Amino acid sequence: MDNLNTYRAGADENGRFGIFGGRFVAETLMPLILEVEKAYVEAQGDPEFARDMGYYFSHYVGRPSPLYFARRLTEHLGGAKVYFKREDLNHTGAHKINNCIGQILLAKRMGKTRIIAETGAGQHGVATATVCALFDLPCTVYMGVTDIARQAPNVYRMKMLGAEVKPVKSGTGTLKDAMNEALRDWVANVHDTYYLIGTVAGPHPYPTMVRDFQSVIGGEVRQQINEAEGRLPDTLIACIGGGSNAMGLFYPFLDDTDTRIIAVEAAGKGLDTDKHAASLTAGAPGVLHGNRTYLLQNADGQIEEAHSISAGLDYPGIGPEHSWLHDVGRVEYVSATDDEAVAAFHLCTRLEGIIPALESAHALAYVEKIAGGLPADNLMVLCLSGRGDKDLDTIANLDGTTL
Amino acid sequence: MTATTRIADRFAALGEEGRAGLVTFVTAGDPDEATSREILMALPGAGADLIELGMPFSDPMADGPSIQASSLRALKAGASLRKTLDLVTEFRGADDQTPIILMGYYNPIYIYGVETFIADAKAAGVDGLIIVDLPPEENEEMSLPAVKAGLNFIFLTAPTTDDARLPKVVEHAGGFVYYVSITGITGTSSAAATDVRDNVARLRRHTDLPIAVGFGIKTPAQAAEIARVADAAVVGSALVDLVADNLDGSGSATPGLADKVLEAVSKLAEGVRSAREEGAGQ
Repeated sequence: MDNLNTYRAGADENGRFGIFGGRFVAETLMPLILEVEKAYVEAQGDPEFARDMGYYFSHYVGRPSPLYFARRLTEHLGGAKVYFKREDLNHTGAHKINNCIGQILLAKRMGKTRIIAETGAGQHGVATATVCALFDLPCTVYMGVTDIARQAPNVYRMKMLGAEVKPVKSGTGTLKDAMNEALRDWVANVHDTYYLIGTVAGPHPYPTMVRDFQSVIGGEVRQQINEAEGRLPDTLIACIGGGSNAMGLFYPFLDDTDTRIIAVEAAGKGLDTDKHAASLTAGAPGVLHGNRTYLLQNADGQIEEAHSISAGLDYPGIGPEHSWLHDVGRVEYVSATDDEAVAAFHLCTRLEGIIPALESAHALAYVEKIAGGLPADNLMVLCLSGRGDKDLDTIANLDGTTL
Repeated sequence: MTATTRIADRFAALGEEGRAGLVTFVTAGDPDEATSREILMALPGAGADLIELGMPFSDPMADGPSIQASSLRALKAGASLRKTLDLVTEFRGADDQTPIILMGYYNPIYIYGVETFIADAKAAGVDGLIIVDLPPEENEEMSLPAVKAGLNFIFLTAPTTDDARLPKVVEHAGGFVYYVSITGITGTSSAAATDVRDNVARLRRHTDLPIAVGFGIKTPAQAAEIARVADAAVVGSALVDLVADNLDGSGSATPGLADKVLEAVSKLAEGVRSAREEGAGQ
């Protein structure tokens, strides 16, 4: 990929985006990873698979999600014309369901009879538990104990949907640890189990596959903004933890180089502290969870703990394609702190009557920062990746209220 | 650089003795540098034929709770990849025969620098490497340069590695082939002896290298059972559990910790050494 005619060619046959990505897994999993890849390639060539996806997207998820002109926010910021891609309106309240529909259909094709998943904020866990209920498959979700405490409503939702939620105590009890445990479960149950990874990370083919399933977001935006404005957007912006909503929005626009693309990492309590989750801004390339990517780590290669007020961004890594887009300079990677995200959360709620997920509020915080300095004809599309109902406890605690 | 032959020499000697070998796994720096050194130095005397030394990692994805905990204890006590190599250098000063195989995950090596690590490992007296998250698909990362530098790269094979895939896995294998006897993480369930026998026989059709079997072997009796069908039995979690069981409330080693681990190694060694004799008498 040295000679770039396109930014959309990855991953290559070795699962790489430049030096990033790959298949760094134990031998026990390797045959299964290859099987997933083979099944995914076959599914891509099967019109019936596309038809099934389309059916569930329309009738179950509620796609296409609206592209909404945020008039009051735009007026308040006094610059760029801000649109929200309303992934918060999807069934289960976030973009996560897009990927789950794709992967559950794949798992069925592969004849797998048990599903496992990891979750941070619980949105991917809920989406996985939802499709498992729909397709009548037993589901085990690994979730860190810290996240269980701060995302109680989602834990309860998963249980109601019939999933078993397994608390993970190791490490800091957040997303990284949940992913370790899910991988350990998979190693022990390869014969019947499908691991439904929730973001554009993990061993090949997951980063590519999850990106493809989420690309429905950007695909719809292209069409919707053309209908609304007669042209492509000037600016795209999304939050990134693992980076799946961002890849989904960005991917269809990567070769439209007049469109500026910005991804917002979680700066936690600040990049000058050790409490953040900004792997691209403050990390270095390394190998974890099956792929090479930017990671928060120390000089001995030990993975560091991430921090973000938003459980969905609380991960010390990032999808490998983002690492590559970072290094080739196609996407700008910036960050927003906990405090900035909370302020943006309140602003959006009061101005637009939309309670955003704390994850999406990081992207909103950056919109707040830059929109005022841009001309009124700058068309900006923000991926409002999820709704904030799950975060009410966190916000209430900050206000000194207990719900 | 010349190739290390300690692993081949050791298996040749075991062959002459007509018995299988005992491979013991402990984590470098667990529970602290001094105790870890004390254990390592005494392992050959207690009956370990080959030594697997764990390189601590914060996120050991293929390991069960026992080895996870041992890795975290070591890191908390200040372990690092450099210190692991220093420990090997020290061991080599006292023992030039017993093979040492470093086992761990790729990231700390990647950060250390692959070429530098290979050179330093060779200089320290390391014989082989087991890097759990480097399957043959990622051979160019490290296994090919390691083999070129004269280190044995030991590949893991699993029950899921079928006959079509085995040639690819053993293509660059050196020293021995490690058969992971269960689909699972370390220190959890144990495989049925008959399954292990069948799979070892299957492996032998693809390689002339000795075959060591690990994962889920905890007792001298289990080690003996494996010793009847394979060239070596690997025991790890049961040993690091003994480290865990002999810590005080603050996590420090209690007096006699090393002896407890070494006693267990002696019993495992007896099990392995008696296996073929019993087998012959049956």
